[in-house]
Amino acid sequence: MADTSLETNQPLKPKAKKPRSRLTLKQSKYMFVYLCLLVPLIFYVTIRFIPTLYTFNIGFHEWNILSPEKPFVGMDNYVALFQDPVFRKSLFNTFIFIAFGVTGQVVIGLGVALLLQRINTFVGIFRVIYFIPYVTSIVAVSWVFRWLFMNNGFVNEMLTNLGLPAQLFLNSPNQAIYIIIATMVWQALGFQMVIFLAGLENIPKTFYEAAEVDGASSWHKFKSITLPLLNPTIVFSVVIGSINFIQVSFTQVVNMSVDSAGGPLQSTLTIVVYIYQLAFRQFSMGMASAATVVLFLIVLAITVIQMKVLSKKFDY
Amino acid sequence: MNKRAKSIIVYTLLILGSILMIFPFIWMVSTSLKTPLEVYSLSIIPDNPTFENYRRIFQDTLFGKWFINSLIIAVLTTISVAFFDTLVGYIIAKFQFIGKTIIFIAILSTLMVPTEMLIIPWYLMSSEFGWTDNYWGLLFPGLMTGFGVFLMKQFMQSIPDDLLDAARVDGLGEFKIFWKIAIPQVWPAISALCIFTFLSNWNAFLWPLIVLESPEIFTLPVGLSYFASGEFESRWELIMAGATITALPLILVFFFLQKHIIKGITLTGMK
Repeated sequence: MADTSLETNQPLKPKAKKPRSRLTLKQSKYMFVYLCLLVPLIFYVTIRFIPTLYTFNIGFHEWNILSPEKPFVGMDNYVALFQDPVFRKSLFNTFIFIAFGVTGQVVIGLGVALLLQRINTFVGIFRVIYFIPYVTSIVAVSWVFRWLFMNNGFVNEMLTNLGLPAQLFLNSPNQAIYIIIATMVWQALGFQMVIFLAGLENIPKTFYEAAEVDGASSWHKFKSITLPLLNPTIVFSVVIGSINFIQVSFTQVVNMSVDSAGGPLQSTLTIVVYIYQLAFRQFSMGMASAATVVLFLIVLAITVIQMKVLSKKFDY
Repeated sequence: MNKRAKSIIVYTLLILGSILMIFPFIWMVSTSLKTPLEVYSLSIIPDNPTFENYRRIFQDTLFGKWFINSLIIAVLTTISVAFFDTLVGYIIAKFQFIGKTIIFIAILSTLMVPTEMLIIPWYLMSSEFGWTDNYWGLLFPGLMTGFGVFLMKQFMQSIPDDLLDAARVDGLGEFKIFWKIAIPQVWPAISALCIFTFLSNWNAFLWPLIVLESPEIFTLPVGLSYFASGEFESRWELIMAGATITALPLILVFFFLQKHIIKGITLTGMK
């Protein structure tokens, strides 16, 4: 690509042939544009668009890899999906993940950002420390937390040393999901903190100075200045966090659940893990594709809500 | 409450939080240096620190290979994404041509489709074309990203047209203008894009898990997961050595590039 665009220009002696060079300039621009877009367009069409349409198509078929027959079944896969208690459980768990995880991330992330705003020394060091978990391997971190929360792992040993009862943690259908959520909050906290720090910096200092003159308390300042003006940032964080929790949870669940498949008793099963099991363990591609369409609609709904909320004007 | 007391409380909270953020890593490294006899003790500093676990991991398992696979995949993907996304972003930001709006909207629309929705067709494609179980199968879905195109378009727009036109008058070819004039102007955005791409590919788990079958070609995350839940289950000193090898390179990269990374997040988050 590079060579062709150079060739078109190299024979020109720019100063000598001005009238012709202008025409060639336009031609060479077009040539450059279409030549450079060729490979990306092929990529987007074959690797993105066709597969997306193909997914919808597979979703309407009974599509088992092992059988040559792939009959059209209309909406049957979707009906079967919503009748499957395991799918409903995975939907429910996904919402638990989002509800607790995103709330935790946003509240703690904002809290850390507010604390960091109040100090003058060591800000950089704290920022780096809180950020480290975000930039490291998810699988490695999942196994470290699994080790910490094992029957005879660090946390239980500490509990028994303090005279408290040991817990089942990842072996407990009631606790496992919250351990996984906590791991995810721990890991994404730094990201949220950085976003909030940037958002806080955008709030004009004069508002706080004016409030101080009026003798407003810290809480009052937070409630009537910081929170409203930070609203767009909060919406952004919630949306990014929700989409992340839907998609990323796969890695954590597979590596932290005791059966690697959303256990115990499907208590940590999320939609993506369900899709994976259906498609690559039971080879039921049709129903799995239908489930990915449901996932797509959820992500789409979150994105549309985000655009609606963010396009509102915020008055300063 | 006076100012001093307030700041003591703030620092105390931040320090307690820092300990929570760092402790898992300390525990990971500490366990990886312990002998099997000591692994269940609560001591943070091992009595007889040993690198035996690391030696075993590199000698008796495929961790070395997985490390190299991960590195190759992450580097190749990053180069491809950085080059193509920057180029496409530049073209959409700086040229008028037929089909421009449609192409841009089409690329943006891919952002709304979660990867999970594409894995089944990708898998069927891969098995059809013999792309499973090799580097190409791992690479092909991530060669370009809609996010990168969008990001680079936003930054390319800030380059003044006069600058590019001046280069044209000087007789510079279009590709040279892109390479020599446009790229240096948006270097911070490109480096942010590179860092995120590298990070997400180093972390990729779902697609590699699906497309790979033979352990020789695994990437680190898939390898570590396979290792830890396989025959070495509950050998925590070995699993933690593996986890350290997987996690530490990223932490080291972060220490050298932390200013860029944090700035990059702020840039991309606010755009």
